[in-house]
Amino acid sequence: MIADNDILESLQQQVQEAAARNTPLRLVGGDSKSFLGNSDNGEPLSLAAHRGIVNYEPKELVITARAGTPLRDIELTLAAQQQRLAFEPPHFGDGATLGGTIACGLSGPARPYAGSARDFVLGVRMLNGRGENLRFGGEVMKNVAGYDVSRLMCGAMGTLGVLLEISLKVLPGPEREITLVQERTPEEAIRVVNAWAARPIPLTASCYDGLHLYVRISGVAEAVAAGRDLVGGTELPDSDTIWQDIREHRHAFFDSTRPLWRLSLPPRTAPLALPGKELIDWGGAQRWLLSDAPGTSIRRIVAEHGGHATLFRRGVEHERFHPLSDALLKLHQRLKQAFDPVAILNPGRLYPDF
Amino acid sequence: MASRSPDKPIDKQQLVAQLRTILSSASIIHETEALRPYECDGLSAYRQIPLVVVLPETEAQVLKIMQLCHRRNIPVVARGAATGLSGGALPLADGVLLSLAKFNRILDLDPLDRSARVQPGVRNLAISEAAAGHGLYYAPDPSSQIACTIGGNVAENSGGVHCLKYGLTVHNILQLKVVMADGELVTIGSEALDTAGYDLLALMTGSEGMLGIVTEVTVRLLPTPQRAQVMLAAFDDVETAADAVGALIAAGIIPAGLEMMDGLALRAAEDFVHAGYPTDAAAILLCEVDGTNEEVSAATMRVRKLLLAQGAREVRTAKTEAERITFWKGRKNAFPAVGRIAPDYYCMDGTVPRKRLGEVLTTISGLSERYQLPVANVFHAGDGNLHPLILYDANQPGELQRAEDLGADILELCVRVGGTITGEHGVGHEKMQQMCVQFSAAELNQFRALKAAFDPQALLNPGKAIPLPRHCSEYRSLGGELLTRPGARQEASN
Repeated sequence: MIADNDILESLQQQVQEAAARNTPLRLVGGDSKSFLGNSDNGEPLSLAAHRGIVNYEPKELVITARAGTPLRDIELTLAAQQQRLAFEPPHFGDGATLGGTIACGLSGPARPYAGSARDFVLGVRMLNGRGENLRFGGEVMKNVAGYDVSRLMCGAMGTLGVLLEISLKVLPGPEREITLVQERTPEEAIRVVNAWAARPIPLTASCYDGLHLYVRISGVAEAVAAGRDLVGGTELPDSDTIWQDIREHRHAFFDSTRPLWRLSLPPRTAPLALPGKELIDWGGAQRWLLSDAPGTSIRRIVAEHGGHATLFRRGVEHERFHPLSDALLKLHQRLKQAFDPVAILNPGRLYPDF
Repeated sequence: MASRSPDKPIDKQQLVAQLRTILSSASIIHETEALRPYECDGLSAYRQIPLVVVLPETEAQVLKIMQLCHRRNIPVVARGAATGLSGGALPLADGVLLSLAKFNRILDLDPLDRSARVQPGVRNLAISEAAAGHGLYYAPDPSSQIACTIGGNVAENSGGVHCLKYGLTVHNILQLKVVMADGELVTIGSEALDTAGYDLLALMTGSEGMLGIVTEVTVRLLPTPQRAQVMLAAFDDVETAADAVGALIAAGIIPAGLEMMDGLALRAAEDFVHAGYPTDAAAILLCEVDGTNEEVSAATMRVRKLLLAQGAREVRTAKTEAERITFWKGRKNAFPAVGRIAPDYYCMDGTVPRKRLGEVLTTISGLSERYQLPVANVFHAGDGNLHPLILYDANQPGELQRAEDLGADILELCVRVGGTITGEHGVGHEKMQQMCVQFSAAELNQFRALKAAFDPQALLNPGKAIPLPRHCSEYRSLGGELLTRPGARQEASN
């Protein structure tokens, strides 16, 4: 316990000193996601030693852990009680931590059906750019006291605060889970998967690889059996591997040297026919694109369809994340200023301007 | 035009004349008698006649009103159906009250995308009614859903009886159009599942009208469950009922709704709507399970068995849809039912960890005795979200003050056991003092800096939700006195 306090104090001191010296910090957990976002060159602030599960009571459906806790430790702890993180976060490496996962706001295959990382955030303890130790939200399911700062931290890429502790809602795992596969054209795949989602079928993942549509159904055995009859197709002998491979970008599709784009679109958007190769995930809402096409043209087409495009891996774009409108950029800059007035926390990691 | 200094009074006639360049005369209310219906929201203990009420019909009008008020430094309070229970829509004597009542159209409903684009004045229930033909519905269902509007739901991050399984407003909206304090229109979120940059959609939700004025909401629709089944379990004591809640969750069951009513509340409800509740029980639990036919059949059996094993005296399963609706009718009408047995009631909204429910209810019962005011408990047990209803008579000298003090003690109790002062009703005007208990000075300062990022002139709903440091130091010195009262210290150390 004393050691934990020492670590916390040291983190707080490092942030306060960096603020005093106006020295940018680069927040590092397990360093598994350094590829994500724009590069930044601050002094490393390591959260790895600030680890450990602070509170977990299965009955409360809540887990609170320090930011440096390995994501794998959390998943194993939950699995021992037949519970899990329902947003199925990708790890992208062995060292993935809870803090990095929430700061990057990453969710896996269940996202369109179960919700995103931010949907499960109940509270955070954090240091702002002044090094003040602040707590927002909590460990209860419903809490509307004050602005929802905890969810704001999710996906902020560490630019608004150093996450110290995170409380997440957890859910029981399903009794049974199957994956069905069937041949479809891209147009059909998008149409049927959205039509199924509008019916009471317990879908929990769906993905289209250009030829085959994969659909995961989870729940009590009887409901899974009924869903299988409605959806049809062949049941995979192993329901799990395909989703893990897609989530972790180990699937053959991702084996490429071309820039990898993540397109976020309204789910029913028809295939965009962008140059390159596409994997349609999240029932159409997340599409992975391997393409050498210029970023500006990819982003223009995606934006015309109501979406946004992130350059996820490789490539040479100046901005990894989709540019913001002038009004929103101004608001982002003011928010950054409100949390990190000297701009020392991961400056430029999210957008070059702040 | 020069901006107004804060201490200079607003020339009302001049303001009305300027508003007439934006709105028709019928959409501007400024005579005292006509303003009176706008003096409060659902928390009628607090009243204030606004300077003027405006009822715009178009986004362009809202933009112009906000630009005018920004230029003239006039505060603006937005108002939906005013069903809020924390005084969040309480007007300001020197401010404009902006009613969104005329923004009542459903603009678009896309069954394949499972989303609906609606104006903020659309009633919560009207969305589900419009979606029903497509086998879809809008999940958050606050008790006021017949009357409350989606714009107000966004401002408060409203919940309802189904949020343990289906989430709050924040989990069920996709996009907002927002008029900012400076009269600029921004779109936040999108019809995709995420947008670039900070999660402003989450931040706007529950911001109590202090960061922007919502002029359009795109909500997510869900497939209507094939079947829903409700069970009513009667218990001989409140703690056993509270423990049964945790046992259900621990068994891996996530009910669609899990509500509890104590003896006082269930008897009031029974007298009012004749739902067939067992009036001699100390508490009842209503547990709804939903999903496919198969899921519901499996869950009903498990829940019934578990509740009996946890000490329920009796578990009834609704045999027909009509009976299911009757079971719920008592719960949905619990507030007005309690309203019949006392001249006034004051509804609290703390949330506590589920495992502390039993203990918290016992402590509340002790507080009720000490303050000599009855408390009926009706609440979202699955979420640990309490709604103690404090019964009092405002015509008896000192009773309102006693009710408020008892309420404050209950909220501070919630914070002490690791919970929060508000689960879904918001801080509003009402719980400013308890914010000083829940948050440190540095945290409150961070909230204020965040507010200033959106609204540097503090024009949007000023004086609500986030207390000033001055208020907190006054309250903390008062709190010190309160804790020295007999009995208070012992309870504080529990």
